[in-house]
Amino acid sequence: MSGLSLTLTQFPMAISREEVLHVAGLAWLALTAEEVDRLTGELDKILDAVGIVAELDLADVPPTSHPLDLVNVWEEDVPRDSLALEDVLASAPEPENGLFRVPTWRQ
Amino acid sequence: MAPVIDTLRLTAEEAATLLEGGEVSAGELRAAYLDAIAERDPQLHCFLKTVDESEGDGVPIALKDVISTKGVETTAGSKILSGYVPVFDSTVAARCKDAGLQLLGKTNTDEFAMGSSTENSAFGPSRNPWDPTRVPGGSGGGSAAAVTAGMAPWALGSDTGGSIKQPSALCGNVGLRPTYGSVSRYGIVAFASSLDQVGPVAKTVRDAALLYSIIAGRDRCDSTTAELPEPVRLPEGDSLAGLRIGVPTELNEAEGIEPGVREAVRKAIELAEGLGAEVGECSLPRSVRYGLPCYYLIAPAEASSNLSRYDGVRFGIRAEGESYQELVERTRDEGFGDEPKRRIMLGTYALSAGYYDAFYGQAQKVRTLIIDEHREAFDRFDVLACPTSPTVAFPIGERAADPLAMYASDLLTIPSCLAGLPGLSIPCGLSDRLPVGLQLIGPQFGENLLFRVGHALEEAIGFDTVPLRWRTRSDPVRGQIPARVGSDPTGLTPEETV
Repeated sequence: MSGLSLTLTQFPMAISREEVLHVAGLAWLALTAEEVDRLTGELDKILDAVGIVAELDLADVPPTSHPLDLVNVWEEDVPRDSLALEDVLASAPEPENGLFRVPTWRQ
Repeated sequence: MAPVIDTLRLTAEEAATLLEGGEVSAGELRAAYLDAIAERDPQLHCFLKTVDESEGDGVPIALKDVISTKGVETTAGSKILSGYVPVFDSTVAARCKDAGLQLLGKTNTDEFAMGSSTENSAFGPSRNPWDPTRVPGGSGGGSAAAVTAGMAPWALGSDTGGSIKQPSALCGNVGLRPTYGSVSRYGIVAFASSLDQVGPVAKTVRDAALLYSIIAGRDRCDSTTAELPEPVRLPEGDSLAGLRIGVPTELNEAEGIEPGVREAVRKAIELAEGLGAEVGECSLPRSVRYGLPCYYLIAPAEASSNLSRYDGVRFGIRAEGESYQELVERTRDEGFGDEPKRRIMLGTYALSAGYYDAFYGQAQKVRTLIIDEHREAFDRFDVLACPTSPTVAFPIGERAADPLAMYASDLLTIPSCLAGLPGLSIPCGLSDRLPVGLQLIGPQFGENLLFRVGHALEEAIGFDTVPLRWRTRSDPVRGQIPARVGSDPTGLTPEETV
């Protein structure tokens, strides 16, 4: 298939196992050793393919964060009922006394 | 005696007419679809959940399982959300309810709508009604296959980079990805917020237009929505006189487009010319070369942010942990499947210090180029035409182990998604006895134009949406209730009867 099968050498982006572990930490994922190994190889290939965006000189091009031209609108601040506490807690794995129970923060 | 309802052929519009005329009751109609589900879903696995009872006395509908439904489990195809029962309706589910539509159930999807085959669903893949050894496309393969298999007259999907259009192409029906901002995402499980859109899947363009009219329009709960500039018009007529159709070279000749797909699309464009349209070539060079890379930076980046909310604290599954951090990290490792993890990692990397400008920032600039290229094309043309998918439905397992091969399934749908433009896929013929989708791309809020072109072409093409293996000698008139029929452009004869 075309597009992503391209390989580009001008933007070498080999990702190391250490970087994968660092990113997993940022993303709050406790990856297994097997997952870290596999993802290191996969991410390397994917980054190599998507890295071709670097070949364009876009210094003068503004970024797009959103494809629709929207202007701000104002709404009246009208109070509405919020969800009942029992509804909010209905899907919680461990509700207790109207709260979400979690273990303590690791020091 | 209850009437015989041929759900394989009945359109939503016809179903509404039957209900209005009192020829069938809402309960009988619902029962016919539940019977079809009981008969065919054990093989096709389109539904993650069916609903025994539903409010409403109108036409039934199925909703992709990323769409929150109050009181009905909504998992987004993910183990991390198993058991999650929303306590509120998404705006689109509420609008369907307000229109009287009866909920049949929730359809299968790649986990968090990330995929092109439904093979990434934590609950197993759906199968293509035309050939159950093949994928129905994705991520909305459950909705698309359910409509083709007569298990729902119509359905809603969601589309980030092709998740409505591509499954519709692979299953031989009609799918609309609406203009970004035209349909509310309130209550939709978010994947990539600058791209996600909800839209209809149906057997006909008129049905798609009808369902679009029910869900579209500004919603005060979603600040990215806009009022439609004009009301939705149900398409009529077959003339395309005065219409200018642009054929982007790169989207029609990209490496990887199968010859049979190219041929079916070429014939459909010729038919459009016969209906009075002016056809001309145009070019979207950077949109095609950089579209897929741009998408696979922006979408994972936004996904990594959206998926940070799954922490095992407030809903969904929870893993054991000695500390708060351990609980969250283990819940996320156990709860997410391979593809969401891959995209979270990719997105987190692209957003991380030192790489932000080179990856995410650069991709946002590429997106501007893609928008500009499309705008230039629409200076000369009213709609653009190309294949929806480079290939027909592929065998289950073929691309599952190769993320890049799977990503390439959306090569032709992604550029217009990045530009925020509406796209309609209609079936235009068969290749290797499997459906081919024609993609019609319109300008922002150009849905009415797409409906008009899609309807005229659909009539001219006369594609039969019933899979070959289910056609009978008595077709096209089958059962006691006459239904819309079309001639089969393929000239193939049914090989099996049911």
